[in-house]
Amino acid sequence: MSTDVAPGFVAKRSAVARFISAYGQELVIAGAIAALFVLVSLISPRFLSPNNLNTIISGNAYIAVAAIGMSMIIITGHIDVSVGALIGVLATISGTLATAGYPVWIAWTLPILAGIGINAIIGALVAYGRIPSIVVTLGMLSILRGGLVSITGGAWINNLPPDFHLAQQRLLEIPVPIWFMVLLTVGAFLWMRHTAFGRSLYAIGGNIEAARAAGIPVERRVVQVFMIHGAFAGLATVLFATQLRIIQSTVPPNLELTIITASVIGGVSILGGTGTVIGSTLAAILFSAIGSAMIFINVSPYWLRAVIGVLILITVLIDMARRVREQRSAKR
Amino acid sequence: MTVLLELRGVSKTFAGNRVLKDVDFDVRPGEVHALMGENGAGKSTLIKIISGVHAPDDGGIIRVAGTEYKAMTSRTAARGGIATVYQELLLFPELSVAENIFLGHAPRTPLGSLDWSLMRRRGRQLLDSLDSHDLDVDAKVGTLSVANRQRVEIAKALSQNARVLIMDEPTAALADADVRRLMVVVKRLRERGVGIIYVSHKLPEVFELADRVTVLRDGALIGTNPIAEVTEQSLVAMMVGRDIAQLFPKPVPNIGEVVLRVKGLSFGDRVRNISFELRRGEILGIAGLVGSGRTELALTVFGITPATAGTIELDGRTISITSPRQARDLGIAYVPEDRGLQGLVRPMSIAQNVSMAALHRVTNGLFMRFAAEISLAAEAIARLGIRTRGPEQIVGQLSGGNQQKVVLGKWLATNPRILIMDEPTRGIDVGAKSEIHALMGKLAQEGMAIVMISSELPEVLGMADRVLVMNGGTSVATIDRANASPETVGAAMTLAGQSVEMAQ
Repeated sequence: MSTDVAPGFVAKRSAVARFISAYGQELVIAGAIAALFVLVSLISPRFLSPNNLNTIISGNAYIAVAAIGMSMIIITGHIDVSVGALIGVLATISGTLATAGYPVWIAWTLPILAGIGINAIIGALVAYGRIPSIVVTLGMLSILRGGLVSITGGAWINNLPPDFHLAQQRLLEIPVPIWFMVLLTVGAFLWMRHTAFGRSLYAIGGNIEAARAAGIPVERRVVQVFMIHGAFAGLATVLFATQLRIIQSTVPPNLELTIITASVIGGVSILGGTGTVIGSTLAAILFSAIGSAMIFINVSPYWLRAVIGVLILITVLIDMARRVREQRSAKR
Repeated sequence: MTVLLELRGVSKTFAGNRVLKDVDFDVRPGEVHALMGENGAGKSTLIKIISGVHAPDDGGIIRVAGTEYKAMTSRTAARGGIATVYQELLLFPELSVAENIFLGHAPRTPLGSLDWSLMRRRGRQLLDSLDSHDLDVDAKVGTLSVANRQRVEIAKALSQNARVLIMDEPTAALADADVRRLMVVVKRLRERGVGIIYVSHKLPEVFELADRVTVLRDGALIGTNPIAEVTEQSLVAMMVGRDIAQLFPKPVPNIGEVVLRVKGLSFGDRVRNISFELRRGEILGIAGLVGSGRTELALTVFGITPATAGTIELDGRTISITSPRQARDLGIAYVPEDRGLQGLVRPMSIAQNVSMAALHRVTNGLFMRFAAEISLAAEAIARLGIRTRGPEQIVGQLSGGNQQKVVLGKWLATNPRILIMDEPTRGIDVGAKSEIHALMGKLAQEGMAIVMISSELPEVLGMADRVLVMNGGTSVATIDRANASPETVGAAMTLAGQSVEMAQ
């Protein structure tokens, strides 16, 4: 018996070993980011200029924020492929409100409420309508994308009021998007780890039947996690819509895939039940850093998606290998 | 006497861990050689060395039909006529019975295309030789019952001229009637001179079938004996390395007032008009064949499939249970039949699984109290004797018996008054089994009311104070402990069985 020892706690592992095994993926990504910064800055020291760091971290913070909600959805065993379209729609709503003369705080908060509302519908269809989340969100993707193009005709919104641009502001010298990203990531991580609510999401994603039998209100939790995800999509929209002078009334291409990819590379198993939101935020920073690095070392940025694709495959392979190993060690 | 297969001094080391130590083993033609031992004793490793999945350490010898090997491969095993019927059946559900039997070695016409008529005819002959006249060679395997799929596996092995057939817990998922049919098949194979390695936890089967029995413990060979020279007690002692005083350690019950009264309970036509009472300190056994509605009854009482008719009274108050959450809050616990499906969250730790149904005990308002969670798990580990590195070990890494104890620990953490256990000892080894039985006896003595569903008649007879027998979704008899015998309970279980099958 390799893993089974006498009753009681023999062979207790050190705290460090436990930390490494629990946060392996997060540590790997943090290491990859550090290695990338060192390597690229050797080739081109300007990579580490404050301006570039700001672009890397702040410019993509909205992806990290959206990936927090996505990670929670995937941990629960679901998926949302409509989030990119949702962010496009919410950004248009936000810009339209701002140019129509509403106070900016309304232009900022209404998209968040709308995100919660739309995802409440998705969650209800998934939980009570028993429709797989991929199907519901594929439908929602079409509705949102089609509706947006039909109504706006793809027009651009400009003439945004100057105080609308929240993402361009700084607090204590640090860009607002970085505040959002860090505080939301840490808050969501602690929430997922330290509350019964967070625990129940991991349980549902790990084994929905066992969670239900244990008295966890599975349907209610699924609706709730979709609503939380909608709130994060709304927050991401605020950062996304307020960072540039114009808002394109179209759906940002491939945004949902980038967000899902951040979650998966961040260590959230696509099968549900494991992972943390810290991993997805680090992964979002990693993508952004890779994209920037490619410009600095003169590689066409179009290769970015290919590089990310390779990262996805490696991550999923490692995840699968780990699962197989765990099953082997369980049974002999 | 010639020997079909012989192993001398075979060892196996995984990552520095010696799981098989210098084992000798042989199989003769026309014998059933039972291989027994607790989970983790090395049975599976030994089987996998014989079938060529694992290569043994250097130093051992494997002799198949006179040829010596240092290690088998799946190819040399097939050439030597060694075939395995695995616990989890490896068949293709979308293909027909005949196609599955001949997959990879189908007969061909002179033109080289598949000879379908010959394939179907030879498949028919093979199934007939296994007394499976009712099994259609054209049926899709996915539509067959587990028992029939197993016969297809056996036919597949025979189609490759197997001389040595390895059967790994063949009856683990079978109902009693199918077990008896399987035994007939095994005896028939033996008459044809096939040597059978029969791995099983079930003592009655071993005594009925085996000619010799080999016991492994912690990877070492404890002994190989003719079956006539061992008894149940001595076999169990060999397996666990200590004497188990009694197979079913049941303390004197202390039965009190009625806590649960079920009247006319129904769920569709799966559970029909069931009434029973359950008293404090009582173990009510529910016996019946697979498909008789036992599990469905438990699921209905527990609110997973809420009742469509009938009433449930708890302490004299009529209640309706519409969700597991509600059942849990009323003090009812359900340890499910399939611990993988409804019991465990495998990626989670022992502590996280144990606290799952009792999260209110380890939170203060909003936040988890990890220290309380760990001590709750530590309590379960100590109380149930879970063998583990500690409360933070992932449950997927534990052996079956220990996983079952984690599920039990999860439900005991809710401090239930009524405990429903569905097949509490299925697929776990003898040692863990008797520990769980001892615990059940103790819980009942402390006043818990227990409903125990079991396919194993000895378990029902050994543990239950009263036996409710189900058949075709309805209760056909309630027999108290004094009158419960294999004959009375067995007769009630199978009595109307024929008419049920005809009704389908």
